[in-house]
Amino acid sequence: MTTDKIIRVSIWVYLGIFFAYLLGPLIIMSATAFNSPSFPRMTPWECLTFNWFGELFRDERILNGIWNSILVGFGTVILSVSMGLAGALMLTQIWPKLRATYYTIIIAPILIPGVVLGISTLVFWDRINRMLGLGADSFLSNGLFLTIIGQSTFIASYCMLVLVARLQRYDIALTEAALDLGATHAQAFRKVLMPFMMPAILSAAVLAFLASFENYNTTTFTFGEYPTLTIELAQKVRYGITPAISALAFMIVALTVFFALVNEANIKRKKMVAEARKDATVGELAGKIEVPGLISRNPAAIALIVLVIGVATVTASAMTYSPDQCIADVQEQKRLETEKRIQELRDRRAKEAAEKAAAEGAEGGATQTAPKPSNNSGFGGVFAPNTLQNEGADDGASDEGAAGSSNNSGFGNVFDPNALGNDNN
Amino acid sequence: MSAGVGVDLENLWIRFGDFVAVRDANVHIKGGDFFSFLGPSGCGKTTILRAVSGFLEPSEGNVLIGGNNMKGIGPNKRPTALIFQNLALFPLMKVWENITFSMEIAGASARDRRKRADELLDMIALPGQGDKLPSELSGGQRQRVAIARALCAEPDVLLLDEPLSALDLKLRQHMRTELREIQKRVGITFIYITHDQGEALTMSDDIAVMRAGVIDQIADGKTIYNDPATAFAASFVGENNVFRGKVLEVRGDQALIRTNRSGDLLSRISTANQGKMNVGDDAMMFIRPEALSLAPTGTQGDHFVTAKVNHEEFEGNSFNIFMEGDGGKELKVAIPNHGQSFDDHSGQDMTLEYDVHNAVAVPAGELAAE
Repeated sequence: MTTDKIIRVSIWVYLGIFFAYLLGPLIIMSATAFNSPSFPRMTPWECLTFNWFGELFRDERILNGIWNSILVGFGTVILSVSMGLAGALMLTQIWPKLRATYYTIIIAPILIPGVVLGISTLVFWDRINRMLGLGADSFLSNGLFLTIIGQSTFIASYCMLVLVARLQRYDIALTEAALDLGATHAQAFRKVLMPFMMPAILSAAVLAFLASFENYNTTTFTFGEYPTLTIELAQKVRYGITPAISALAFMIVALTVFFALVNEANIKRKKMVAEARKDATVGELAGKIEVPGLISRNPAAIALIVLVIGVATVTASAMTYSPDQCIADVQEQKRLETEKRIQELRDRRAKEAAEKAAAEGAEGGATQTAPKPSNNSGFGGVFAPNTLQNEGADDGASDEGAAGSSNNSGFGNVFDPNALGNDNN
Repeated sequence: MSAGVGVDLENLWIRFGDFVAVRDANVHIKGGDFFSFLGPSGCGKTTILRAVSGFLEPSEGNVLIGGNNMKGIGPNKRPTALIFQNLALFPLMKVWENITFSMEIAGASARDRRKRADELLDMIALPGQGDKLPSELSGGQRQRVAIARALCAEPDVLLLDEPLSALDLKLRQHMRTELREIQKRVGITFIYITHDQGEALTMSDDIAVMRAGVIDQIADGKTIYNDPATAFAASFVGENNVFRGKVLEVRGDQALIRTNRSGDLLSRISTANQGKMNVGDDAMMFIRPEALSLAPTGTQGDHFVTAKVNHEEFEGNSFNIFMEGDGGKELKVAIPNHGQSFDDHSGQDMTLEYDVHNAVAVPAGELAAE
């Protein structure tokens, strides 16, 4: 009994750890998008702000990167899904003896490092470009073209795997039936095979788009004048990151979750409709189709409404809610705190000095060897390098800075990671 | 009823590498006939069908439809429609779209298609089911939709590849009648492929019995059943008791056969083999279970068989007695049930009698597998 309980508890603990591991970074990153400090951090929580979203949409490079990523994504989807479909069809029609070899060859790009694919794409098309005697500004050396081609080399293989899985369930007799009923091969392909493959084609397209969107290894060699989002982010991170990137991450996470939910709801809906149709067999004989409830019929639409309402609320509150006051308050508070501490420190040192002077006076010159911990005690520590710096700081670092000021070296806060963020303000 | 379009196979050979699937087939199918190819699986009957429908080019010989040579003409250009073994209904199209697929290909409007679909749905007794998906229909309904889809293309020849094999017994029997009726109504040539002799016998005008790529016999059902040309045809179509032996004497259209274990028995020589069986030839003699009757035990003669009873069973309309037979095969006798009481004779010897006209002798040959 108890071992049972232990097992059950440990399963829950394991699940907790597992999900924390999976989702924790995403949650924390999302939260930092709404905190006002200029370095992405969750604690201490200062002010709820939507400014980082605004900041994000004012960042020309990020926007340009997103746009380029979308362009590349669509190009890659079109190219790799069609290549994947062709490859999959070929696989089912090739001689069985060659099939294993063919499969290995066509899967190989997945196993090759993206860096290698990027370099080889660049080198290959550069050669072609030169062979054709074209200049450096030709279409073949265009970053968009190269990136799409380079990414498609391996994304097409992913697409093929998805499509082959569906194609294996296809009954070739369906094509024969279409031919037998007078269709040409093209018509049979378009009217029978394609509709059957559609779900797999859509999955492959989504997969291709996501793979393209997140790709860095290959793109880094081919992007030319079209830096994609991943390239832009990588370049940005070199100069330190801001919560604007958290805001972008939050939006990507939110969209992903949203579409996953929509998809789930859609699948459920289809099941329900299918069941409703089966149940309706008797009713249909009388020419009636029962209308299921609105909710069961269209959860996707409802999810969309929820999203629209959510976006509208967030936008509206972001428009009306201004964190400026809060930020100003926090700054004021910090300033006061710092001043207070400086004052405290000053007082304490003055007191210590006075005590020491009194003690020295009382004991006379007997304790000459006793060290003097602070020579400049008379100035109340105002010349301590760190105290000065902290006055300008507007984030939580000032607390530590002030508290640890007596221990600090002459370098001040330069090695504090937050100092980078502070420079931006 | 229109005369229909005939189909001819001339010296048809079909090879796959070294394997000969069809060997020198010569068949003349009259227009408007219901013609069946009957044979066990793997005998090449589906291959013939694929050659007629155009999915397969014959290695040698010709397929003629309505007197026109079909060489080099693709399946989509032939006046045939094929009903597939698994029906091959388009799973994502509604029933009416399935049925009128051929019209869609021809560019007909949706309204015309709907109208035609409704007509055909009435014909196959599925009115108002046009908006369902094939997966929402029962097996028999799908069957009928497949027939309607093929008929919608207005073919001259309808080819059916064991379309009833997936159905349960009751439905199969019902669909037999229905298919035959549809064929009479539309008056086009049906070519039917089956391994079920019951289907072939009940529906067909003519039957071709096939064995390992060779056509053994082409005749109407009655002839094949009563007057088989080969040992295979005799043993494949219907139940039959076999007696192996050698020809002892030929008396006109009858032969006395010295059987391995039942003595000398007299038999009619099958029509196709008359004049071809000589004294001393290996022969096989067939007697149907229902052609045997009980005789007083111990009676001797050239139309009496004595054997030991192995076991008996009661089948409702008849008693079946299984006796020790020739070559490991049991001898089966069916005694009609007239309400008489029946004693168990297991282990005893029993004597059976038959009419010489109901026994048929053919040259020894391969028997159908059980």
